[in-house]
This record gives sequence, C-alpha cells and structure tokens, in this order.
Amino acid sequence: MAKVLIENLYKIYPGEKGRPEKVAVDNANFEIQDREFMVLVGPSGCGKTTTLRMIAGLEEITRGAIYIDGKKINEIPPKDRDIAMVFQNYALYPHMSVFRNMAFGLELRGVPKDEIRHRVDSAAKTLGLLEPDNLLARKPKALSGGQRQRVALGRAIVRNPKAFLFDEPLSNLDAKMRVETRTEISKLHRKLNSTMIYVTHDQTEAMTMADRIVVMRYGKVQQIAAPLELYHQPANLFVAGFIGSPPMNFFTGTLSASRQGTLAFIEKVPAGQTPFRCALSAETSRRLSSRQDRELILGLRPEHLQPNSLTSGVTLEATVEVVEPMGAETFVYLRTGGHTCICRTTQIEFMDLEGKKLNLGPDLSRAVFFDPQTEAAIPV
Amino acid sequence: MKKNFNSTLSIIALLGLGFLFLLPFFWMVSTSLKPLNETMKLPPQWLPSSPQWHNYPDAMKAMGPFWLYTRNSLVLAFLNVVGTVFSSALVAYGFSRLDWRGRDGVFFVLLATMMIPFPVVMVPIYGLFRALGWIGTFQPLWVPAFLAGAFNVFLLRQFFLTIPRDLSEAARIDGCSELRIFWQIILPLAKPALLTVALFQFMATWNDFLGPLIFLARENQYTLALGLQALQGTISGTPWHHLMAASTLVLLPVLVLFFLTQRTFIRGIATTGLK
Repeated sequence: MAKVLIENLYKIYPGEKGRPEKVAVDNANFEIQDREFMVLVGPSGCGKTTTLRMIAGLEEITRGAIYIDGKKINEIPPKDRDIAMVFQNYALYPHMSVFRNMAFGLELRGVPKDEIRHRVDSAAKTLGLLEPDNLLARKPKALSGGQRQRVALGRAIVRNPKAFLFDEPLSNLDAKMRVETRTEISKLHRKLNSTMIYVTHDQTEAMTMADRIVVMRYGKVQQIAAPLELYHQPANLFVAGFIGSPPMNFFTGTLSASRQGTLAFIEKVPAGQTPFRCALSAETSRRLSSRQDRELILGLRPEHLQPNSLTSGVTLEATVEVVEPMGAETFVYLRTGGHTCICRTTQIEFMDLEGKKLNLGPDLSRAVFFDPQTEAAIPV
Repeated sequence: MKKNFNSTLSIIALLGLGFLFLLPFFWMVSTSLKPLNETMKLPPQWLPSSPQWHNYPDAMKAMGPFWLYTRNSLVLAFLNVVGTVFSSALVAYGFSRLDWRGRDGVFFVLLATMMIPFPVVMVPIYGLFRALGWIGTFQPLWVPAFLAGAFNVFLLRQFFLTIPRDLSEAARIDGCSELRIFWQIILPLAKPALLTVALFQFMATWNDFLGPLIFLARENQYTLALGLQALQGTISGTPWHHLMAASTLVLLPVLVLFFLTQRTFIRGIATTGLK
C-alpha cells in the first residue's frame, strides 16, 4: 500500500555519434494515491514505459525524483523498492516450474518455506492455477498464453508489494482473453486493495480499468484525470483525439457574429463548397466572445452527431462514405464540405447508404472548442 | 511429387557426404585390425583378411604407460573444460548483458586476438611460462583456460544476447544480484551453448599435441596425443596397425561424448516462458 510521487522527472538518453539527445520523459509531475489504479497511456514512444521502468528502478533517473511513501527511491535498487512488475511478455523463467517462478522472489528474500508454500498456494487459488488443472509443477512452455499471464500476475501477488507495476500486460493475448484478463485485473485490484500503476497504449484498457489516467505524448504529460473527465473534458486536441473510439470529430472554422447577437461557427471549406454553419448558445457565445473572427477547432464526439436529429435545430449535411455496422450500433464515416467525420448511432442499421447525403444534428451543448495554435481546449 | 523428388535428392546427397566423412574413420578402424603387411597393400584392401584384435593391447603396450597418459589427458581435459566454461561464460555475460563504457571497443580487441595464430605467440608464451617457472609442469596447459578464450566468449555472448532482457529485469525485481542472475537465470538457460563450449574445449585439449609437446618435459607427464608419437616413425618404420589401433582408442571418448551430448546440441533452447 503506497503513495507514489513523481516529481520533475526527466529521462534523457544521450545522443550517440553526433545524433541529438533524446528526451524520453520530459518533466513529468504526478502523484499516485494509495490504493489507486493509475493508468499511463499514450502512443508508442510517449515515455510511459520509461516512466514505469524508472519507478521500477530498471532505468536510471536523469533528473527529478520518485518517492514511494515519502521516501526518495532514486538510488534504491529495484529489489529494495518493494514493488512487483508484470512484464509485457510475462518474463517467466523458462527453466523453472510455475511454483518456483512464483516462489523465486520470496526465496531470495529468505521467506520461510511453509510461508512460501502458503502464499503461492493462495495466490494460485485466486488466479485459478489449481483448478481445473493444477499447473504448479508445469514449466512455462507447457502453459497457454492466458495461463502464463496469470502466473506472471501470481509472481507479483505473492510478494505482497507496496505497488504493482504493469507494462502492457495484455498486449500478447488474443482479443477474448484480453477482455477476460482485463476484468480479472480490475477484480484483483479491488481484492488486494493496493496501488497499481499500469502502462498501456490501448485507450479502452485505460478507460475501463483506471481510477485516473495519465495521458502522455512525446515524453510530456498531457492530462491527468479520471476516465470520464478525460472523455468529456479533454485538455487538448491530442487527448481528445486519443481517448475515445472512434475518435472525436474535429471541424476547423471561424466564429462570426450572427444577427441574434450570438456567435456562429462557420466551417472552413475549400472554395466552392458550402460550409456548415451553426449558431452557438448565448452562454457559449459569451465564453468565446474574445475569439470572434478568429479561427478555432470544434470537437464533437461521434455519438453527439446523430442522423436526422433536430435536437439543436442545426443540421449538417454530409455524404456517407463508409458504413460500419457493429451490431448494437453503427459507425458512419462521412464527408462534409471541408472535413471527414464519424457518426456513431443506434438509429441506422442498413448499409446501402454509401454515397448518399445525410442530415446530421450536432449536439452543440457537448462540443469542445480548441485553440488551433496552442491546441489546448478553451476552458468552460 | 516434386517435393518427394527433392527430398530423395537431398537424402542421396546427405548419404554421399556422410559416406565421404566416414571414410577416413572407417579406414582407421579397418587398418587397426589388419596385420602390418596388409596396411600398405596396393591396391588397398578394405577389410582385414582376419581381424587382429590383439593389435589393441599390443598398441597400448607399444605406447608406453597408456593408462598414465590417459589419466594426464583426462585431468587436463577436466580442468580445461571447467575453467573455460566458467570463465568464458562470466566474460561473455559482461560483454552481452551489462552496459559499460567502451564495452564494444574492448570486445573488438578481444575478437582481434583470434586473428593471431598460436605459432606466432608460441615463443613469447614459452618465455612467459619459463619466467613463471612453469615449464615442465601442467600449469601452462590448464591455467590459461581459466582466463577465457576469445572464441568461446564470442560464442556464448551471441547466445546470451538471445536471452530476453526482461528475464534479467524480472529477476532483478525479484531480488537477484547481478551474479545471481548470471548463475541462476542465464547459465541454466544457456545449457546447450555451455555444452557446446565444453565439448569443443574437451576436444581441443584432448587432441592438443603442440602444447604438451613444448611445455612438458618428462615422459610421465605426457598426454595421449603426445603418447601416440611413440608409435610414429620408429627406426623399423611406422607400425600403422598399432598407430591406428591407438588412435581409435584415443578417439573413442570424444565419440562417446558427442553422442551423449548431441541431443542437447540439436534441441537448442526453449525460451518459451516468453510470449
């Protein structure tokens, strides 16, 4: 059970043979609460794994500090940090049985034999490694991917560490196992009630498992927030586009004054095309008044763009390019005058819409506006 | 059809090559069972007219203290194998799984030592061992084995590089020191490579003629390879049948060892704890 504090953390790889140095983690600052499930998410190369490895002690800290329970751990070797890590490829010792794989860390710490047996048995039971088949005597190569994953989890659990670190633990599993294991890890978190730090590039995993999410890009922390806050109030264009699947729609346009005294958003289109325009509510207009006649980006989730909807009295005419029926809902890929967009709806189930025009009703009360220069969201 | 034809062809080619490789061995064994007058007969006689089994005890007697030579060879082989495997593995670990400044440069220098043929350094090495007062003792023949050889280090390094880094890191988090990772994770996983090095070293030591020849002084220190010399070019000509019988005997342990270890060689390694 532990609180982890990341303070002004940098990881800089020196440039070799004349190449410039590479900043893998660029001034990261965040705090992971005791018993929190924190997910670090971002595209590959964003520094999330490097951050995790610095917490684990597998990577040296260039600058800044990491504290576990108030104690600075920069110089403390991994084994004395009281953390356990689950690796992407499980990293089970191929020459040891499942039992020894789980017991190894305890043996090295001089835990008495019966205590080891007890702990391994109880972890194995929790993870279903005893029923229906007792797998403890098997070597890793005789296990399926899912079973190996559970052994890797078990190896972490038996240690009863202050914090669990996960490095993309589900990416080697097939889709079905991934969903199963995802819920299993969530359950485990509830049961063990311990701090977990989880790295993934998959925003679905992040959204479903996390208490809070740290979104990273180019080594920089973009936003730290609870999943739904991240979804509804993204801090910038990158977060808005990264979280949510299908991604948020973006329309570039300008704000101009309308006759009613409010502002209207006018889509930016190539010459000859008709832009879609929509009047903003009085409140939104007030908020954006300083940006009149300036360019900005309107972000709208696919589910806030419904066909033939009259919710806001605004319609957006678009041509259907592709229809993807998912069963419960349908993704419709469309083209407006100047943009492509995706609409996510339960209203359409037929597929022969391709090439046809469709009227869409954007729910502007859910729209997020971004500054095109800074890419930051314009605060509510 | 075509596939069958291809595999038939390759089997024929393999059989042909295998036959070619076996020929000298067959000739050696065959000669070892011939009476002397049949060994150099023209046209060559493939099989002895009647196998002369007594050639073997005769050859052993002719060599001198055969069992003493065997003991010397075994002691040297054992020390060399243990020394080489352990020291080369340790050095290879340093070159493959630890990061340190200048590592690749030093490794290059190490590899460069492979380019120098032994006869070139023979004289300075002799001088060195003489200065140490080791001439006429076994030390020059086994102490260097504990100082790792470039080829074996290279072989093991390449193998160690294939062992995923995650395993070392998992072990580090589990609480292993670097030396324990080497000992408990890397070495057990590298068994096939270690066995290869052991077998190579065994053969090299077992067959080494030049080393014992220049460093040893007394006959009771001789190894088998050196002992065989006693059968060569005696005043009455070379007793080919005895020489071949003794050679067969000397070769036997290597052959047995190979058959015992070949399964491990071929099996390779199972790194299936991963993925």
